[in-house]
Amino acid sequence: MYIKQISVFLENTTGRLANFTRVLADNDISMKALCIADSDEFGILRCLVDDPEEAKKILQENGYSASITEVIAVEMESKAGGLYKILKVLAAHDMSVDYVYSIVGTRSDERSVIIIKVEDPKKAVDVLTSEGLRLFCLDEIE
Amino acid sequence: MIWNKAAECADRETMDRIQLKKLQATVKRVYQNVQPYREKMQEAGITPGDIQSLDDLKNLPFTNKTDLRDNYPYGMFSSHLNEIVRVHASSGTTGKPTVVGYTRSDLESWAECVARALTMAGGDRSSVVQVAYGYGLFTGGLGAHGGAEYMGASVIPMSSGNTKKQVMLMRDFKSTILCCTPSYALTIAEAVKKEGISPDEISLRSGVFGAEPWTPEMRTAIEKGLGIKAFDIYGLSEVMGPGVSCSCSEQNGMHIQEDYFIAEIIDPKTGEVLPDGERGELVFTTIGKEGIPLIRYRTHDICYLMRDKCACGRTTVRMSRVLGRSDDMLIIRGVNVFPSQVETVIAKFNELTMNYMLYVGRENNTDTFDMDVELAEGIEIDNIAFIEKLKTRVEHELRTLLGIGCKVKFLSEGTLPRSEGKAVRVKDTRRL
Repeated sequence: MYIKQISVFLENTTGRLANFTRVLADNDISMKALCIADSDEFGILRCLVDDPEEAKKILQENGYSASITEVIAVEMESKAGGLYKILKVLAAHDMSVDYVYSIVGTRSDERSVIIIKVEDPKKAVDVLTSEGLRLFCLDEIE
Repeated sequence: MIWNKAAECADRETMDRIQLKKLQATVKRVYQNVQPYREKMQEAGITPGDIQSLDDLKNLPFTNKTDLRDNYPYGMFSSHLNEIVRVHASSGTTGKPTVVGYTRSDLESWAECVARALTMAGGDRSSVVQVAYGYGLFTGGLGAHGGAEYMGASVIPMSSGNTKKQVMLMRDFKSTILCCTPSYALTIAEAVKKEGISPDEISLRSGVFGAEPWTPEMRTAIEKGLGIKAFDIYGLSEVMGPGVSCSCSEQNGMHIQEDYFIAEIIDPKTGEVLPDGERGELVFTTIGKEGIPLIRYRTHDICYLMRDKCACGRTTVRMSRVLGRSDDMLIIRGVNVFPSQVETVIAKFNELTMNYMLYVGRENNTDTFDMDVELAEGIEIDNIAFIEKLKTRVEHELRTLLGIGCKVKFLSEGTLPRSEGKAVRVKDTRRL
């Protein structure tokens, strides 16, 4: 139930991000989700792709430092309180959240997917599932 | 195994006798044949007959690189060009190259010295020697080649570059000894890893590396990456080429081929000869060369000499590894900085590769000092705080060791150009 996410180191130079997307395009890799955490001189790009191990290999061959992290994907109601419903469960079990990003759908979707990085993904899966929340595998996400 | 026991294990008295005889012959030769030397000696008020003991060496004038440049190309040769069968030149990055010439006998002497070095590294007739130093005017490639062939090994003249092929042939041809620069050895070790080859799949047993200064930390990285024992070989084209000295199995200094070169350590500022154990500039007098013998040539390499007993059995004087060149030393914000010091810091971090680039510049009347360094493969990219903290730690270590601050920037592994010969590690844009 964990999802393998790719994290890529991006130097803060013009064109670095564009080049990254070109490498993906050249290798027919499509991203399902993407977020970038930026700092002064670099950024960390996190994304979900169909074949993370293969993508990591291709990125490294193209001169990018990349690693794979396990995250979880939780189904979230697309309304006020949707995220709170998930996060309060984690807080109640003393689990801290490293970061969060979402895959949003269209206005008519009632549900979307939230990606969460926690320190103990196994415990998070157990805890969330026991509270009736639904978790996704990588190939269930578009 | 010792290649030449008579020369390498001679007692002090015998060696001194050999040295004096050859020194006298050399001084006589350059006085007669080389006008710049005759002029220097006349200016110093000294004649060949004044050399009666090895002590008299210090009365002779020094030779500098500028002497070779001023007498470009053949002005310092003591043999007629017809006798010169090989010309080499050093890669002058500023102005004209430094030219050296070899007679047939010089080439044999050179091969003899390199054979001694390769034997120190465990080489013999059964060795397969991969020479990955550049072949050409640079003395590295042909020097290693000549000595390996003379020793009777099977020589693979790869020259430098084409790393993928180097790795393939290293494995297929079952090379047992690798000769190249230490920074290229690191590049090859990286390539071996990338090809998914483990060190036990290759037949390499030892490596003989030189042509640039390298640190104990680089040695460890090379030995681990290639599964070998690494040996230092030292030389400079003006004096001969690689093989002037080499480290033995004891790995405690490099044995100088004293029957061909007399070594002195001097205070670079005063020219005063310093005792063994004291750091100073290495000076060589060649006593076996015919093409371009040099008297008291100043190398600008800083090291010290050791004459205590070596467990390998050789009695020849040893030089410490080169601690820095007095001319790659940087002075930044008034502080002396050696790139080798930066390497010591980088080596402490598993999170970094050994590739780096220093940028020294000037802004608002102050020196700026920055370093680009690569994140090693396998480190966790996901944690931004970790990377920020790593940067702080590296900067802190640099400040502690160097005494000045250096701004660190991270790059992805493989971003910096890879070295195939002598690594360029400093870009100094100040106009000093």
